Amino acid sequence: MKQNQFEAQYRAEWLEFERLLQILADNKKEQRQDAQFASFPERYRRLCHQHALAHERGYSLPLIQQLNELIFQGHRQLYRHRLPIVGPLIRFILHDFPVAVREQKAWNLASGFVFVFAVVFMWVLVDQQPEMIYSLIDGNSVSGIENMYEPGAGFREDRDSSDDVTMFGYYIYNNIGIAFRTFASGLFFGVGAIVVELFNGAYFGAIAAHLINIGSHEPFFTFVVAHGAPELTAIALSGGSGMRLGWALLAPGPWPRRYALQRAAQLAMPVMYGAFGLLLIAAFVEAFWSPRQLEPTIKYSVGAASWILLYLYLLVAGRRNA
Amino acid sequence: MIDDRQGLYTPEGAELSLVLAGPVVRTAAFTLDLLIRLAIYILAAIIFSLLDSIGTGLVLILMFLLEWFYPVLFEVFRDGQTPGKKSMGIAVTHSDGTPITVNGSLIRNLLRNADMFPACYLVGFITMLCNRRFQRLGDLAADTVVVYVNKPELTPVEVNVMAEMPDWTVALADQRTLVSFLERGVKLSQARRQELAALAYPNITPERAERLALAHARYLLGGETTKVAHTAQRSQDGNA
Repeated sequence: MKQNQFEAQYRAEWLEFERLLQILADNKKEQRQDAQFASFPERYRRLCHQHALAHERGYSLPLIQQLNELIFQGHRQLYRHRLPIVGPLIRFILHDFPVAVREQKAWNLASGFVFVFAVVFMWVLVDQQPEMIYSLIDGNSVSGIENMYEPGAGFREDRDSSDDVTMFGYYIYNNIGIAFRTFASGLFFGVGAIVVELFNGAYFGAIAAHLINIGSHEPFFTFVVAHGAPELTAIALSGGSGMRLGWALLAPGPWPRRYALQRAAQLAMPVMYGAFGLLLIAAFVEAFWSPRQLEPTIKYSVGAASWILLYLYLLVAGRRNA
Repeated sequence: MIDDRQGLYTPEGAELSLVLAGPVVRTAAFTLDLLIRLAIYILAAIIFSLLDSIGTGLVLILMFLLEWFYPVLFEVFRDGQTPGKKSMGIAVTHSDGTPITVNGSLIRNLLRNADMFPACYLVGFITMLCNRRFQRLGDLAADTVVVYVNKPELTPVEVNVMAEMPDWTVALADQRTLVSFLERGVKLSQARRQELAALAYPNITPERAERLALAHARYLLGGETTKVAHTAQRSQDGNA
């Protein structure tokens, strides 16, 4: 068959297929009632057949490209992943996230260990030699922090709800950004994630020890105890996920590096979704609960409950139907 | 071999070729998206400044959302195209040609930060040059590629030559060569056309060789009349 005959024979089909593609692209529900859609897969297969014929018979390049384009668009419609939202979300919270966290517990423990190591190291150092804080944090920042947690400072009473919203926005922007960057920097063979964990841990340890030294520990610990649980855990989990990516590149095992990386990313992603959720919760608590001036016993009890519940959830949830 | 095409076999056995988008067009798309985000920031800053201190918090939340989820939102709900990509006619897909999933989009966009390191996407750029599919680190991890979706329109070819039957048994390779000669000849100078045709028909003058090559090509396309406008590409707009 000559090309011109071929085109004349099938042109109507191609035009109809293009019309269906256009309707699908417009994404309007009522138009999808068109009875022609029942035949979409069949039309698509016929098109693939015609494309193969055109190719094999040496028809002209523009014709083949045109069919190529139609098939590609049909392919994108036919093999679309549809997304239900609510069911998977509940399943994710009750099952997938804690299971994914436990599945990569070696990485999370490594990341958590680096963080805790830095905290303890700086804490002990600043506790023994108080001036060592200035080796990590400059003088202006230190006095800023001292003012912030000064016992009996008036500004904590004056704080109103618009400050809470501002701080909520800040925590979202800053903390979740840090978590995502920690994850991404893990790609550099895990070094980036380790550096972030070390730095954050050292910073936290130094400030905690310094505030104890100057007697401001109560405002500080009553402030951080509740949101610390989700926040620090989420940062450790991001670091663990990042280190996992870096490790996949460093020691891909039986896979080529490209597939090892893809596999590690697929497995680490649920942990990152969870870390994102935890940081949202942390930002909310930090902005709206932590600044409230209440009895230290209440704040410490709530803080303890927050830590216990979170780790109970991460260690136990989803075990039954795993 | 340097080739910006990637073969793809669909489950139906069709062999597609995708044209991959390189660093330049992707940078252009990124810059456009950056400008759009910048415009939104400025607009938001003006609006939220009227709300005093609550506004600061809202702007920060907006910045967070735009910075991390602007590409995700468009890639997932607009068939792999942010506004910048759309204007460049490129789209993100998984490397098997299927539309990008939420998971894939999030992986490639969260890892964007590694690609930006240390500045100006240096790591991403080097990675793109080190693999065949122009994938940056985020693309490698998410198994995605950026491809052209709207091919440039091809102009119909018109040739004023009567079809003439070849006097030899035409092999498939001969047919492809002759047909391409007909289609792409319009972009060449006449001297170059004659030079090429003379390679195929060495025993006659270049002028006659050119005419004969076109006549044979017309025959192979199935042309009987004096004038033909075949495969007029219809515009494929608004779709991706």
